[in-house]
Amino acid sequence: MNKIKSLDDLRKMKQSLEHGLQIRENSNSPESLVQIRVAMATCGIAAGARTVMNTLIEKLEKEKIPAVVTQGGCMGYCYAEPTIEVKVPGKDPVVFGKVDSAVAEDIVVKYIKNGELIDGIIPVNYQTINEQK
Amino acid sequence: MNDISLHIIDIIQNSLSAGASRIGVTIEENILKNRLVVSISDNGKGMTKEQVNRLDDPFFTSRTTRRVGMGIPLFRQSAEQSGGSLEVTSEPGAGTTVNATFLNDHLDRPPLGDIANTIVLMVSANPDIDFLFRYIFNDVEYVFDTVEVKEVLEELPLNDPAVIRMLTGMIAENIKDLKIQSD
Repeated sequence: MNKIKSLDDLRKMKQSLEHGLQIRENSNSPESLVQIRVAMATCGIAAGARTVMNTLIEKLEKEKIPAVVTQGGCMGYCYAEPTIEVKVPGKDPVVFGKVDSAVAEDIVVKYIKNGELIDGIIPVNYQTINEQK
Repeated sequence: MNDISLHIIDIIQNSLSAGASRIGVTIEENILKNRLVVSISDNGKGMTKEQVNRLDDPFFTSRTTRRVGMGIPLFRQSAEQSGGSLEVTSEPGAGTTVNATFLNDHLDRPPLGDIANTIVLMVSANPDIDFLFRYIFNDVEYVFDTVEVKEVLEELPLNDPAVIRMLTGMIAENIKDLKIQSD
């Protein structure tokens, strides 16, 4: 690939990119996409959320899974950072804790692609200390 | 935090929580003046003087999910241990600017980190927010404005992996060039 430096270079590259993106355009409603939110507050970042985010983007592309990776704030699970919330179409959202690059790849392949359950899910009824009465 | 770009992500997260729609990140690396300045500004809801004064209290936070807020204290520690300082200016309704100065050659100055990757990750994770990134090296400057980039890409999504790769390459290439130009 040629090196891209200016907006003009970007414009030129656009056409070749659009070609590969057609499949995605057809299924552009958010409900049909896997949605992943990486918790990126101080705790998450310090624990390695940026690396996890990079891994997720790369792995999802490799596995050809249409997905949107976004950034979220602190969910209160600081002990389990980095955490990510995964919403697979038609399923309830699931939060995974202690996600490093290896776990992130597992989540993409085993949970998202093959529908298997894997370790590290934070139960929905978990309460942070602040919430406990 | 291992590098300065992680602090930048952290402060950007604050801007997002403050409801910002436009976020500016400026990095100024001046070898002659031995100075590295990192500045993050937003048009979020801003803070009152009292709130700004309490930022260095780790038990001050506006969030409800936990009771501590370490973002600004950690960033300040990074700057001060490198012979620099951190300054926050804010106005309710107008926005906030965080300015961190480092002595560039100080032994304890953390490395800048992968700034191209950091900026593009923030852009792709928040495609609706406008980012203006400026990198100033001595007397030369590179500007990356997502408003312009979005105009060029049109309907191409900013969070597409191929677009992410392309933009990261573009920023990295331009920063590398600045350093050559300046020599």
